[in-house]
Amino acid sequence: MSAPSSVGGSTPGKPESWTVRLRQGIDRHLPMDHLLPDRQPYYVGSWVYVFGVVTIAALFWVILSGVVLSFMGPQWWHDSHLGKFFNSLHFWSVQLFFIFMVLHLWGQYFMAGWRSGRAATWMIGVVIFGISILTAFTGYLSQQNFDGQFIALNAKDAMNGAGAGAFFNVLNFGQMYGLHMMLLPIGVTILVVAHIVMVRSRGVVKPIDPEGGAR
Amino acid sequence: MDTPATYFHWGFILISVPNLIVIGGMIVLFAIALIAPFPHAGEGDDVGAK
Repeated sequence: MSAPSSVGGSTPGKPESWTVRLRQGIDRHLPMDHLLPDRQPYYVGSWVYVFGVVTIAALFWVILSGVVLSFMGPQWWHDSHLGKFFNSLHFWSVQLFFIFMVLHLWGQYFMAGWRSGRAATWMIGVVIFGISILTAFTGYLSQQNFDGQFIALNAKDAMNGAGAGAFFNVLNFGQMYGLHMMLLPIGVTILVVAHIVMVRSRGVVKPIDPEGGAR
Repeated sequence: MDTPATYFHWGFILISVPNLIVIGGMIVLFAIALIAPFPHAGEGDDVGAK
């Protein structure tokens, strides 16, 4: 075991400890004044920039109501008044999540939000959109009612037609419910955190210069 | 609620009225976001901008 010569970062030159390198990398690329700013560029003064944070607010309610639903179970969300309320809260917060995610997508598309080294941020957003659609589809299959069964029976043909029937059995409630309440939401949440950190590390993209000067 | 939705059919375009209302509302909301004045707009600075 080698001596911890650079622990603490006091040794000049490249530190050997990965924790020091990681800490220095975070300090360099994501200082706290970028992560939690108290001032924004002047061009952020527009409602278009609000769509992203409203999407996050909707995601918060999606996850919160989903945790309650997963704890209480299908009989509760179908039969009790409070269960129906949380079922509706989950459904309608998902509607708002998708509506504002698409509005955020339109805003970023028309201002070319991938400029100046932000391509990865844009592409992670695209992946979040795709995983969110999969999460919504598996949500329809997790309803535990006739509507969910009807959708599963029809989706089975679509999955087989797309060649994915060997990997996803939409008639298997356990598989769909596990994907819906565990793997896919974890994927969305991790990527949303990465998306926000990348936005904060570079700041909000400048508007396109009508004279053609901005990049 | 258990009755099928009414559909709007114009040429090759076929869409349910509820979906049409949602998409129309999103377009209106997007336009309002572009036009509506934002509180304290113009008071920010270039902190964090690259």
